[in-house]
Order: sequence, then C-alpha cells, then structure tokens
Amino acid sequence: MAYFEVRDLHVYYGAIHALKGISLRVEEGEIVTLIGANGAGKTTTLRAISGLVRPRSGQILFEGEDLLRYKPHEIVTQKRVIHVPEGRRVFARMTVEENLYMGAFTRTDRDKVEEDLERVYQLFPRLKERRRQLAGTLSGGEQQMLAIGRGLMAAPRLLLMDEPSMGLAPILVESIFETIQEINKQGTTILLVEQNAHMALQIAHRGYVLRTGEIVLHDTAENLRANEMVQKTYLGMA
Amino acid sequence: MLERLRYRLRYISGTDIALWIVAALLLTMIVVGSYNILTEGRYTGRQWLDFVISGLAQGSIYALIALGYTMVYGILFMINFAHGEVFMSGPFTAYFLAEYLKQKGMFQSHPLLALLLVMLLSMLVSTVIAVSLERLAYRPLRGAPRLVPLITAIGASFFLQYTFRGLYTPGFKAYPEVEPLKGTWVFFPNSLHLEIERMLIAVFVSSVLLLILLYAFVQFTKTGRAIRAVAEDQQAAALMGVDVDHTISVTFAVGGAAAGAAGVFYALMFRQVNYFMGFFPGLKAFTAAVLGGIGNLPGAMLGGLFLGVFESVGPSLFLEGLGVPAAYQLKDAIAFTMLVLFLIFRPTGILGERLAKRA
Repeated sequence: MAYFEVRDLHVYYGAIHALKGISLRVEEGEIVTLIGANGAGKTTTLRAISGLVRPRSGQILFEGEDLLRYKPHEIVTQKRVIHVPEGRRVFARMTVEENLYMGAFTRTDRDKVEEDLERVYQLFPRLKERRRQLAGTLSGGEQQMLAIGRGLMAAPRLLLMDEPSMGLAPILVESIFETIQEINKQGTTILLVEQNAHMALQIAHRGYVLRTGEIVLHDTAENLRANEMVQKTYLGMA
Repeated sequence: MLERLRYRLRYISGTDIALWIVAALLLTMIVVGSYNILTEGRYTGRQWLDFVISGLAQGSIYALIALGYTMVYGILFMINFAHGEVFMSGPFTAYFLAEYLKQKGMFQSHPLLALLLVMLLSMLVSTVIAVSLERLAYRPLRGAPRLVPLITAIGASFFLQYTFRGLYTPGFKAYPEVEPLKGTWVFFPNSLHLEIERMLIAVFVSSVLLLILLYAFVQFTKTGRAIRAVAEDQQAAALMGVDVDHTISVTFAVGGAAAGAAGVFYALMFRQVNYFMGFFPGLKAFTAAVLGGIGNLPGAMLGGLFLGVFESVGPSLFLEGLGVPAAYQLKDAIAFTMLVLFLIFRPTGILGERLAKRA
C-alpha cells in the first residue's frame, strides 16, 4: 500500500474535463513533483486532494483511506494533509505570528506547537523579525515564507505546495527551494506543483509530467532531467 | 502642482459639481442653523449635555445592532436585512417572561435578577432566530449571485415580522419598569451637580461593556480568530482546518446575541415592544454600520455612537435655528440624509474599510 495515492481522478468544471484520469503516488519521506504548463491541471489536482473541488470519480487514498468522504477542514484535522495554496493566500489583516498560529488552528498539543513555531522561525529568520507586522505589509517573498511556515505549523504528514516560486526574484526562488529541501530532510513528505521544472526536478526524487489533464510521463527526477521531451518543453533546452 | 490640479479638473463631471453644490448647501444650513441657535441661547449647556447623553445611550444600542450587520457583511458580503427582526424577536418573546416575573412579584423583590433572566432569554431567542435564518434561508444560497440572498433577506424580514405578529398579536406591549433604574443619579453633587437618568447610564454602560466583550471575543479567542480568517479568505481558512459553515453560524449567533441584548435595552428605554419595533432601529443600525465602514467592527461601534449623538443633538442644533417647526420629529430624516451623504461622498465610512473588496 502506498503512503499516498491518487487513482484515476476525473474532475470537471461544468462541461470542461479538467483532469482526465490522473494517477500518482507519493511514498513517505519523498518529494514528488508535478510539472506542466499553465492550465495542465496541476492546481486542480491539489485542490481535489484538499477537498476544495469535488472530483467526478476516482480515489484519493492516504494510508489506504479515501479522502473523498471528508470535508476540506476534516482533511486537515484528521489526516494532516496540508495544502499551501497558489498565490500564498496569507491573512493580510493578521500579524505574521497570528498567521502562523492559524496554521496550528486545530492542534491541541500546545508544547509541540511552540516547538514548531521556533522551528519555523529558524527556517525563516525574517519571519521572526517581522512577527508583529501585518502579513499584508510583507513582500512577496516573505509572504511565501509565511505561507510555507503556516503550512508547517499544521504538523503536516503530507505537504502539498502549489507554485512556491511564483512571482519571486530568481535569488529568492533558489533559497525557497533550498528550504523546501531542508523541510523534506527534516521528515516531511512533499507533493510539489511547479511551473519552474528546472528547480523542481533538482530537489525532487520523482516527477510526473502533466499535460492537458493527463499524466504523460512519470520517472525519477534524474531521468526526467535527461529526457529529451522534458528538456525541450519544460526546461527550455534546444 | 498646477499641472495636477488641471489634470483632476478635467475629470470632474456635471454630476460631481451638482453633488458638491448639494453638500455645500447642506453644510451652510448646518453652520447657519447652529450659529443661530447657539447665539440665541435657547438651550442651556446642561440641556445640550442631556441631548448628548441620551444620544450616547441610543447610539450604544445602534452600535450593538450594527455589530451584527457588519460581522455578517464581513464574512458573507451580504446585508442581512432581516437583522432588525432578529433584534425584535428577542425582547418581544422575553416580554412574556417579564410579565410573568412581574406577576410573581420577582420584578419587585429581585428586580436586577429578573432583568438578567429577561435579558438572557431575549439573547437566546435572537441567537436562535439568527442562526436558523442563516441555516434555512441563506446557506442554501451561498453560491448564488449577491442579489439573491439580499432579496431573500428582505423576504425573511417580512416573514419574521408577520410570524411574530401572528404569534404574539399586533398590539403594543408595555415592558415592566425596573425600580432601581428609575429616577436619576447625581454626580459631583457639590460642584457640577450633574443629574443623569439612571436608565440612560445603565443602558450605555452595559452596552459598552458588551461591545468590549464582543470585540475581545473576536480579537483574542480562537473562535474569533476563525471568524476573522473566514472573513478574509474562506478557502484559505478551510485549508487551516477551520470549519467554515460552523464559523458562519457562530458569526450569526454573536450578532444575534448582541441584537437580543440591544432589544432589551431598547424595550427598557422606550417601555414597549411590538412586531414592528425592529424596522427603524434596524435601518438606523445599518446606517451606523455604513458610517463606520461596513465590515469593520470598531467602525460599527463608532458609527452607532456617532449616529445616536448626531440625531439627538442635530435637530435642535441645526434645524431649530433655521426655524423648522417640531424639529425633533425630523431626526430620522437627519439620520438617513447622513446615510445618503456618506454613500455618495465617503462610501468607505469613517474608518475607511473598502466597501467592495472582492466581487
């Protein structure tokens, strides 16, 4: 039994067939990346996993149990499958620290929450400097750190990350990816959705290539980097 | 500098000019009227103080009701036009308990305890009505265009009015008097000799305490944090594990409880209840919420107090000076004129929350 597995997932938006039978799996401790162009269905896949969109059919299994019978907030509280959404979506009118505590909203193990807060501040010292500041006043990079930190505060057993590099300066992108790798080394399983295939394939163990709602390729990150089609289409090499 | 002025002048339309003329006229009226009445010296300083104090008491009631409007708007972006009826349902139902306690002699022997019981029942009823309203009338329409829940709210308002009319008969019912709150209290008897009606003090102080309590609830408790999170971004809140539906219910409950308390204060001040009693206070509180900046909690409180004082002082201050007869009867006109002016010139309200943040 896989740690996390999606089987033959179909999602429709009205008449549009957005996901045409996606299957993928993530083993405990891995970083798996889902790459593809705009509109390929990457975000939709994550939204289906966290319960924000209802698939027409298919299965989403976490440790063998189907997540489809849970509401979005139950997936968080009961399974600790945590989604760091595209565009960061931090609570602009709350302070940085309030945002982080929102991440731990459903947790009852107070001591561990404080430990995790310290850990997040260690990963992102910037957030500690700005912890009393309103999240809406942070720069894009800092908001992305906050969004990731907020996800970590939920003590995720599977972390879904949607385009963490979007809209960031290249130097920041690099450091964000280093942090993601660090988070993974500390023991968090990650499913990473990225347009920046180049960076994603450097830190991931395995990858899936999504095109117009279908998975067209699946391999280890190393092999994908060497794959001609991937190089041409997603890595911008001639 | 001149360049910028010319640039801005180019974009002024005829409507803008007409509106500014109207505003200027109104402002002149206010200034002239106030000047006349103040130089004439028709009212003493003490009388002005009385106006302000009764305005504050009335305004604190508006503030409590406005809280419900503004919280619901903040979270669902809809105006709950049935909120006036939520406000009515509590004290109207609690009237029967009050009457019963009066007959049993409890209002005479333990007046404050009796009042507390009436208060609790009123808050309970208003809360139940508010929560059921959301559950039955608004939740099924969650995804619908914004006009749909708005019209539903108006329908629900009528439905509740006539349901309570049918349940409790259409006549006015007199609330019992509370002995310890009759008469006046005198402050600084030796120097200022400030004599203030006990009822006004009681209403103002308890309303303000409740407002502070509710504000602290939203600001500092876990549930309050959930409310603020859902108000900012429902999906992001759900991704934090917040139960959005439950949080929306809680928001309606908080607004309902505040309205139920406000209803009892209102019934005590005006000594009567009936099925229509929610209409005007509801509209006034809505005005207050807009004045303060709808969706903004401190704004609603400020707007309520401001409106209360404004409509209490206003008629005597700037209408009587212009020779308007029976100016006090025009206080509603003043309140709603202000609503219109605010919507035209500063739709974001005093505290400047953007009105339509998201479409």
